Amino acid sequence: MAVKNYILVCGGTACESSKATEIFNALAAEAEAQGVIDDIQIVKTGCFGFCEKGPIVKILPEEAFYVEVVPEDAKEIISESIVKGRMVERLLYIDEEDKKKGDFDIEDIKFYQKQVRIVLRNCGFIDPEKIDEYIAREGYVALEKVLFEMNPDGVINELKESGLRGRGGAGFPTWMKWNFTKGVKNDQKYIVCNADEGDPGAYMDRSTLEGDPHSVLEAMTIAGYAVGANMGVIYIRAEYPLAIERLEIAIKQAREYGLLGKDILGSGFDFDFEIRLGAGAFVCGEETALLRSIEGNRGMPTPKPPFPAVEGLWGKPTVINNVETWANIPMIILKGGEWFRGIGTERSSGTKVFALTGKINNSGLVEVPMGTTLREIVFDIGGGITGGKKFKAVQTGGPSGGVLTADFLDTPIDFDELTAVGSMMGSGGMIVMDEDDCMIDVVKFYQEFCVDESCGKCAPCRIGTRKLYDILSKISKGKGTHQDLENMETIGNAMKKAALCGLGQTAPNPILSTMKYFRNEYLEHIDDKVCKAGKCKDLVKFEIDPDKCIGCTVCARKCPVNCISGERKQPHFIDQDQCVKCGECYAACKFGAITKS
Amino acid sequence: MSTVDIKINGRDITVAAGTSILNAAKLAGCKIPTLCYHSDLEPWAACGICVVKIEGNPRMVRACSTLVSEGQNYITQDPEIHSIRKTVIEMTLADHPQECLTCGRNQTCELQRLSAEYGIREIPFDRNVKRLPLDKSTPSIVLDPSKCIQCGRCAQVCQQLQDVWALEFIGRGEKTRLMPSAGVLLNESPCIKCGQCSAHCPVGAIYEKDETDIMRAAVQDETKHVVVQIAPAVRVALGEAFGMEPGTIVTGQIYAALRRLGADAVFDTNFSADLTIMEEGSEFVERVVNGKGELPQLTSCCPAWTDYMEKYYSDMIPNFSTAKSPMMMQGAITKTYYAENQKIDPKNIYSIAIMPCTAKKFERIRDENMQASGYDDVDLVLTTRELARMIKTAGIDFLNLKEEEADSPIGQYAGAGTIFGVTGGVMEAAVRSAYYLITNEELEDVNITAVRGMEGVKAGVVDIKGTKVKVAVAHGIANVKSVLDEVRAAREAGKEPPYHFIEVMACRGGCIAGGGQPYGTEDDVREKRIAGIYKDDEQSEVRCSHQNPEITQIYKDYLGKPMSDKSHHLLHTHYTPRKVYTK
Repeated sequence: MAVKNYILVCGGTACESSKATEIFNALAAEAEAQGVIDDIQIVKTGCFGFCEKGPIVKILPEEAFYVEVVPEDAKEIISESIVKGRMVERLLYIDEEDKKKGDFDIEDIKFYQKQVRIVLRNCGFIDPEKIDEYIAREGYVALEKVLFEMNPDGVINELKESGLRGRGGAGFPTWMKWNFTKGVKNDQKYIVCNADEGDPGAYMDRSTLEGDPHSVLEAMTIAGYAVGANMGVIYIRAEYPLAIERLEIAIKQAREYGLLGKDILGSGFDFDFEIRLGAGAFVCGEETALLRSIEGNRGMPTPKPPFPAVEGLWGKPTVINNVETWANIPMIILKGGEWFRGIGTERSSGTKVFALTGKINNSGLVEVPMGTTLREIVFDIGGGITGGKKFKAVQTGGPSGGVLTADFLDTPIDFDELTAVGSMMGSGGMIVMDEDDCMIDVVKFYQEFCVDESCGKCAPCRIGTRKLYDILSKISKGKGTHQDLENMETIGNAMKKAALCGLGQTAPNPILSTMKYFRNEYLEHIDDKVCKAGKCKDLVKFEIDPDKCIGCTVCARKCPVNCISGERKQPHFIDQDQCVKCGECYAACKFGAITKS
Repeated sequence: MSTVDIKINGRDITVAAGTSILNAAKLAGCKIPTLCYHSDLEPWAACGICVVKIEGNPRMVRACSTLVSEGQNYITQDPEIHSIRKTVIEMTLADHPQECLTCGRNQTCELQRLSAEYGIREIPFDRNVKRLPLDKSTPSIVLDPSKCIQCGRCAQVCQQLQDVWALEFIGRGEKTRLMPSAGVLLNESPCIKCGQCSAHCPVGAIYEKDETDIMRAAVQDETKHVVVQIAPAVRVALGEAFGMEPGTIVTGQIYAALRRLGADAVFDTNFSADLTIMEEGSEFVERVVNGKGELPQLTSCCPAWTDYMEKYYSDMIPNFSTAKSPMMMQGAITKTYYAENQKIDPKNIYSIAIMPCTAKKFERIRDENMQASGYDDVDLVLTTRELARMIKTAGIDFLNLKEEEADSPIGQYAGAGTIFGVTGGVMEAAVRSAYYLITNEELEDVNITAVRGMEGVKAGVVDIKGTKVKVAVAHGIANVKSVLDEVRAAREAGKEPPYHFIEVMACRGGCIAGGGQPYGTEDDVREKRIAGIYKDDEQSEVRCSHQNPEITQIYKDYLGKPMSDKSHHLLHTHYTPRKVYTK
């Protein structure tokens, strides 16, 4: 019997934690109760990307796009959308700008308008736990094409033609990695997927694996054929239970379908997978540390060369790419390298997925062609800065990247452009900051992250990260000196040149780039002992304006350390020696009597 | 051998393919500074000091771990490289206690030397020194984590060369520590006390337990008759502490120095090495000719190896020679045979051993068999490094000392005794005498070259008048594994054992490179010390243990014959399985 409607419920981790499973169950129960269960199919998909508005429920074929759904909405969704064929107006996405209701087509939603979805092509469309749905969207067709119509060199040539560069951070041409491994004679080679996504705020890889695990499996199998490997290892952090579960299901189903294991599709080619869980060390995203971790050793980087492509896992030639890189590959094989090269910029083809977070209206996962400007991402897709505040900067590349100021809003984003302006692509974290963000505070956060996540092996990184953090702490307390700025420069440069791996080499980037673009802010902290954004607690002073204070006592009651005194209906007073600068009083005062300086 | 043509600072040089930039530069007469690198180990690439440039490449690479490639020009020194290296040294120093004057490595510290070479006058960065407790839990080695610079050498030695895995990186980032695995104390860890960590540590973070004050007090005690024995390997290394070439034989000067330090009698462990050969050799003849006991027989004179075997290969206990080590044999006969001979009450004898080894400090008290005389057979063990300090503080002009002789009746030695200090030496000494014990004839050529050299595992067949004796020699504990696994496999398969006799020494090169020897032991130094040992052997009038007249005498006067009841009581021991972790 034909199904009338499809109900897609987002099953990404963020929506899951906002009760997506309960919504799913409630919809099923309501459909049963209202007698339409046989007319519909409810599908729990991967991430829709528009996390700001999750949980998301989409009805097909009407393309009704319901946002911020709660389980209690299920009854109305079934009775209106399914039984009566009407929209539930109150759940439809409302564009903040023009308040226009009822953008029925997903393509009309600004958040999606400038996006081009290659990596995330299936996320939000298919049930990631059903291989048939992947196959229905041309899944495993690329593998079939490779196995029966292409030779290994042909595959690598297609990749070369595509211009695909590794999405893990450094942007090394993927075809070259494969070609190195292919060129090494060895009876055992490995294909590894780096799913050890660790940048704070980044979740591109998690969503890809949760929403479309087969695309990665298919891609790795293709690589196995191209370079002569028949073992794939997926190194994924244990903190991603949903992605792990879906990968396990996907591997099992692919085996059942003969798409994995011995003699795939009768081609004579064997390939299979193993999943290895990481324990959450950021450095294990560095490929040599990752390989050491798989081998059961402490996750510490080892010198390159030898490169993994020649001497990798267990000393065998190993192709290692990250999730996003892999997810591109089936499409490149299907549509051709030339098609892929047509997207993006000349030296950075294809798209890039960013996890857009921070002071932005539409936070979420966005996939845009390389060369899209920051302005388009922040203002068109991201819907601008929250609360109408002023844009200050964007941080890309996480703890390894730098900041981009308003001057760079029209810079087309690709690997080389970002590097040229002192930041880097990184794995795709993109954090938007407004005028309320203090640059010293922001880079201090990143530096603290690096202090914790340095593996401790090499001296420049182990000692340097800590030294930089200590200096930033001093500056944030108003105790910094001009010599400190010089020292940060010296240490930062030594780390860039002498640290062993990418973590240490790039850890000073946030500092070096903010020292370049926000030098005044450093000088304000050092010379004037002022933090204009009010983030550096030691430099902030809360005071009560006696002319404005009416003596309502709210601030005194909110103060956690009881340092506000005053008679009822009389101006109050803050004891500066006791104040912990928590800002509770500032937020609580309805009369604007408390000033922050 | 394929070669590559490269340039070092613009000067052409041809080196073997696979050479590191560091070694290529060395061949070109250009020293690149290092801190974590040690030629015994795989490059660890941690310290960041050896960075160099490749012309045309904006990045810097580590010279220790990067191999040269054809046509490249490597820049090993320019203002930027200098400044990066200097910053890294300054950062390392900023987190280091900088207690050079009171540090055991004062003037031998590699970080101190680098700091001097780079002319560091002040540290521009804020200090961040963490005070951490000392680990004095073993009788052999002290860990001072406050001084550790996390270079990783100790863990690498412990894991790669020794396969013991007592030391490990623990914690992450600035909390990274090199400490006993699982965070236990060293004596609760798998540590075998070999002391290779202390010999490889570039700074003062791991050192031998200093017991020189105990000797100073003992020689002051009028009631004590202080006797000192010196091990074979000490005589070819101690001179280094006084600026002599490695391998210089200073036996006579050591005897003289010890007497000046207050020793009442000076003996030589080499004598007991000869005694060991008589016992262990006879035991071997029993096993191989008379079929009594397990084969292969394994040597037991290295205490670190014994400890390792009891922890990791206790199923091999029946294969172990029950003969004690020369040091413990010397101790036992000192307080019995010598005491009786000299009519000294053994309770007044204070017996000191000068050893190249830190594990000997542990062996002295390893079990109750080490008190065969009724007293501690050996009261104190000092390493070569400690003796050097004793001599220096006592103001003895070592370089100009006149050579003296050891005391009788347990001081003379054959060449066979002296080669105990080098890998293959115990085997060679044993074969020299086993030949005689089995055939009653003397070997024509006593040089058994098949068991000499630095190869990690040496195997061969010795023909003793038709009896083919299959022997193997392993040094560096990591090399033992393959040999023992072969033995295990044959045993499990019910096959003939692959070997009859296996010699094991825990340290690479043997005792000449023991954990208590002067700092700076690398293969070139090992080779020179080894050459010194063989020279001492060749210069000996008597080359075989059974020909040593004092050995003949002790059997005649006291022990009867090898493997006699008295021998068993004084000179043999037994072994028990030990837990790898005791916590």
